[in-house]
Amino acid sequence: MTWETVIGLETHVELATRTKIFCACTTEFGGAPNTHCCPVCTGMPGALPVMNEKVLEFAVKAGLALHCEITRYSKFDRKNYFYPDLPKAYQVSQLYLPIARNGAVPIKTGKTIRIHELHMEEDAGKLVHDPWIDQTRADYNRCGVPLIEIVTEPDFRSGEEVIAYLEKLRSTLQYLGVSDCKMQEGSLRCDVNLSVRPAGSQELGTRTEMKNLNSFKAIARAIAYEARRQIECMEEGKRIIQETRRWDENKDATFAMRSKENAQDYRYFPEPDIPPMEVTEDYLERLKAELPELAEEKMARYQREWSLPAYDTEMITGQKALADFFEETVALGAPPKQAANWIMGEVLRQLSAGGMEAKDMAFTPRTLARLIALVQTGRLNRNTAVKVFDAVFASDGDADAYVKEHGLEQVSDSGLVAAAVEKVFSANPKSIEDYRAGKEKAFGFLVGQVMRELRGQASPQVVNQIIRERLEQVK
Amino acid sequence: MELHALTALQLGEKIRAGEVSPVEAAQAALDRVRQEQGRNNAFITVLGDAALSEALETEKQLRAGARLSPLAGVPMGLKDNICTKGIKTSCASKILGDFAPPYDATLVQRLRAAGGVLLGKLNMDEFAMGSTSETSFYGPVRNPWDLTRVPGGSSGGAAAAVAAGECWYAVGSDTGGSIRQPAAYCGVTGMKPTYGTVSRYGLVAYASSLDQMGPIARTAADCAAVLDLIMGRDRRDGTSLEVESGGLLAGLTGDVRGMKIGLPADCFGEGLEPEVRACVLAAADVLRARGAQVEEFALPIMRYVVPAYYMIAAAEASSNLSRFDGVKYGWRAEGYEDLTDLYSKTRTEGFGSEVKRRILLGAFVLSAGYYDAYYKKALQVKAVIKRAYDEAFEKYDLLLTPVAPSTAPRLGESLDDPLKMYLSDIYTVPLNLAGLPGLSMPCGFDGGGMPIGAQLIGPALGEAKVLGAAHAFQLDTDYHTKMPKGGDAQ
Repeated sequence: MTWETVIGLETHVELATRTKIFCACTTEFGGAPNTHCCPVCTGMPGALPVMNEKVLEFAVKAGLALHCEITRYSKFDRKNYFYPDLPKAYQVSQLYLPIARNGAVPIKTGKTIRIHELHMEEDAGKLVHDPWIDQTRADYNRCGVPLIEIVTEPDFRSGEEVIAYLEKLRSTLQYLGVSDCKMQEGSLRCDVNLSVRPAGSQELGTRTEMKNLNSFKAIARAIAYEARRQIECMEEGKRIIQETRRWDENKDATFAMRSKENAQDYRYFPEPDIPPMEVTEDYLERLKAELPELAEEKMARYQREWSLPAYDTEMITGQKALADFFEETVALGAPPKQAANWIMGEVLRQLSAGGMEAKDMAFTPRTLARLIALVQTGRLNRNTAVKVFDAVFASDGDADAYVKEHGLEQVSDSGLVAAAVEKVFSANPKSIEDYRAGKEKAFGFLVGQVMRELRGQASPQVVNQIIRERLEQVK
Repeated sequence: MELHALTALQLGEKIRAGEVSPVEAAQAALDRVRQEQGRNNAFITVLGDAALSEALETEKQLRAGARLSPLAGVPMGLKDNICTKGIKTSCASKILGDFAPPYDATLVQRLRAAGGVLLGKLNMDEFAMGSTSETSFYGPVRNPWDLTRVPGGSSGGAAAAVAAGECWYAVGSDTGGSIRQPAAYCGVTGMKPTYGTVSRYGLVAYASSLDQMGPIARTAADCAAVLDLIMGRDRRDGTSLEVESGGLLAGLTGDVRGMKIGLPADCFGEGLEPEVRACVLAAADVLRARGAQVEEFALPIMRYVVPAYYMIAAAEASSNLSRFDGVKYGWRAEGYEDLTDLYSKTRTEGFGSEVKRRILLGAFVLSAGYYDAYYKKALQVKAVIKRAYDEAFEKYDLLLTPVAPSTAPRLGESLDDPLKMYLSDIYTVPLNLAGLPGLSMPCGFDGGGMPIGAQLIGPALGEAKVLGAAHAFQLDTDYHTKMPKGGDAQ
């Protein structure tokens, strides 16, 4: 029998507001335990939440960018449960009237993933177990950090679709500036709901929910593992148990955490401490106007205005920082296709070698634009320019100074080139004969020798031209 | 005249005139507390030296020419569910142990800035749940008028302390009548202002959508003076309204001519003791005599108010009180085996039975399958009640009703029959559901010499009207000047 895997995602995204959702404490990652908190986020008796308007703004913007309907009259609800990382014993979240619903996210496989809802909520703290003293300690720094949870419909059929969606989601939220989406710092966290069913079936199978997925790689592997496990289970005639499973990175497997069959009753009810939020037409129009140009719009514009190939535009707009870098380089006078080639070739090569994201690099558009200009004006050849690029990339060094210091300026003086050509010709009569005999390869050899004579700094156009002229003469 | 027989404003005037110093006033209050505490148990915490040094500080400021407020230097007490920085705030519960909040409630900051002198923290029903002040972990409060009777609740300590002359004013909280009913039982004046006018920041929540703090004092004028200090927008409370503070005291003219006062017939029917009924109707006559128009009208919602109130209040309480789990602060049970056991033992041993009853009731009405039938329906009833009052205030400036069906019961009479106790909240709870201001003022005594209270109800933000009518009433009556015999009389 062939099986179909059905996947839905619940993604928690930490919003990049400066302060927490209901108090003025910083949202900064890390910090000594319990130094980023106050009576409000630690749920001290009598303390009250006050809505951070920026959180609403970011959530609405995310909803708009994911093509959702924005809920005009939205409310918070309390989700009640006991756990030591939750000092109020309830999480302020949204059940009945989430801020956005019914969205759609097109992904690069051509499919569109439907968004069921997007809601705002507060994060909980962190428990740290110290095995040495056999104690669990609570760090409330993360309590009250604003989150949006984005819930999809069960529209995925493979791990590739899931990763494509997450890449798109991450890029979109980064474009909006509402989250930095760093999985390693937990600002993007993903729970995967997965079930299998016989291919062609319309009914959904019993699903499991996977947690502790800390990277795209882990997500892809966990999906592959869990789908296989469920299929094996079904083929053995066993029942799938609805439960939460934890992905263990080291063991490359998922393990049952808790059964959901006796689902906990969270006793949701409207949060009485926070007045309902009304999203007015004016407010919505203002936020729409503030939305930045997103990846799809940029791709279309690059193709339209600069005739860049679709492939280039997709590569460049994949990260907002890269697109910004590209646009600034062009604004500084670099020809768009040249800039695109440099970014796709050299910049991405350096980033991947350094395991970096574009937004973290020191290298500036000004330096790249300068390198491109040096090549264009014939002062550097392309290969030397790459060497200069590699040398100045890490700390955005001064390209001109480097060229000067290392004497790399290109030789375009035809007299100097001609002298070198004479020297090479007299030393390599065999190659000239070969060329005459019709061996084109000999031409390349002669060029190489001349370049070597000029320490690689000659203008390739000038060298080519003079060698051709000389060969015509000796014919 | 002894200091403790003065009103808060009279004492404030003597202080500003230099006739009495704040330290003398605080010392007199502490002496009075020493004499009465053993009798009525109104306080949980008495601040001796801290109160005296706060009084000294106010004295210095006054001498330096600071105007502060009409109540500067007048000693006061706070119900023990109002957070005071570094001072034990117990909610009269075992579970909070010696919890001392790391911050002052907004209201406390405002009172301190106005020269307030805090004498101590006042006893109450555990977590403000109760109508008798008997459920306190620190023992029951007794009514100064008859020590075998309850002072009402849940702000029973506040009402008893003011009645016994231990402090000149107190701040309590009112979720379903917890300021107004004890004020009535103890023969003092208490007011719950409009929901959202006094910041709840720093009030340990019982039912967040209903809780509101307000003053208990001898007179309506004293209450106006306190409200002038504590009302007003607070950006730390999201439900706080954009209201201007001040002006209530200055606006008291005693003029009620042309004012239309409605008597809801549904509040004077079955279940109301005849003596209470007679006194409240007599109060209506006093206002009529000063030129108000008084008439009866129908308010056919009264049978729904108690069930709706208890469902909403208990639901919110079940969530609000979940944070008391023994993990971060307060009291923690010993000998637990794991996390669940820690929660369960701490909460089983830390909460009293009335609190547990309401947590269970609240968790039940919120649980899957019952939410729509109970909690959601209660919210719908709440909306209906609010509409009924809105309609009434299209016709009337104020409403006048009893505060409670009877005078103070004896200790131990109520707790065995919680349903009966809940039903006695009928006249006070609808105001919390509708968010309206209400004031309880002394309007007579029953045959046993126990005080009777009348309730004046205003439209939302109608504090000035309510206080104005109460002040007018007190200009023509002397019930509010009566004091129980203190420990010194025996």
